[in-house]
Amino acid sequence: MAHPTQLGFQDAASPVMEELLHFHDHALMIVFLISTLVLYIIIAMVSTKLTNKYILDSQEIEIVWTILPAVILVLIALPSLRILYLMDEINDPHLTIKAMGHQWYWSYEYTDYEDLGFDSYMVPTQDLAPGQFRLLETDHRMVVPMESPIRILVSAEDVLHSWAVPSLGMKMDAVPGRLNQTAFIASRPGLFYGQCSEICGANHSFMPIVVEAVPLEHFENWSSLMLEDA
Amino acid sequence: MADVIDDKIKNYRTAPFDSRFPNTNQTRNCFQNYLDFHRCNKALSSKGQDTSPCEWYQRVYKSLCPMSWVEKWNGQIEDGSFPGKI
Repeated sequence: MAHPTQLGFQDAASPVMEELLHFHDHALMIVFLISTLVLYIIIAMVSTKLTNKYILDSQEIEIVWTILPAVILVLIALPSLRILYLMDEINDPHLTIKAMGHQWYWSYEYTDYEDLGFDSYMVPTQDLAPGQFRLLETDHRMVVPMESPIRILVSAEDVLHSWAVPSLGMKMDAVPGRLNQTAFIASRPGLFYGQCSEICGANHSFMPIVVEAVPLEHFENWSSLMLEDA
Repeated sequence: MADVIDDKIKNYRTAPFDSRFPNTNQTRNCFQNYLDFHRCNKALSSKGQDTSPCEWYQRVYKSLCPMSWVEKWNGQIEDGSFPGKI
């Protein structure tokens, strides 16, 4: 989850997010280098005592500052496209979960074997236990087995919503009447928080998402318990 | 042929990748399997054959389709107002 004064991304919890993080580091470093160079040149131009203003052209520098940016752009484009295609790979999911957006809560359906469905409402601030996160906790979490490829089908029952979990590198719009597919693998067990990312009315800011990644046996126990309770 | 299908149904984990629907929008995947299940049932039972191979389509649409959509379509089939051709 995000913490106060955070500048960068949240710690990655899926392989795709790790790749995105590294790519962002790479691209941002290029941006910093270029900006530093430009700032240095500006300061040098402004503070010089030299007054010769009759340089009309120079083929060599023109060639350099055309070829070099093109090379830099290629160095940015290649990793970017690699990740784009990586995200589009055909995967063979072990589990399908449907995330349905409502005003103003999410409901999750696990229907591969039995019909398990439940709603996930935000825990109001006054009901939080010590140590829980304000506006992020929910009464029922979306529990998933860790290290398994999982398919998430996102849709909505009323207006547009968007299902987003930054530490998994996921965001997918929830459109009524449409079923949007996304997939992830949780590389480690833990709690991963997200918030609705498409304006959907008065309580748009108060319908968070919590993904709980656990070992497979714990997931099986949890789903049996949930089915009994239903 | 029937045992191949039985095997697939027994080892069913979740709806597999369907190359007819390779993109993000899986709406048609869900609807197509729902239609195929009902068409399979109708076709096999009209010939008096065993409809257990149709269970594959049922497992797939149950995995993919939101429960509210399935309930709505089931209601429409009962009413006779279902928009698809079965």
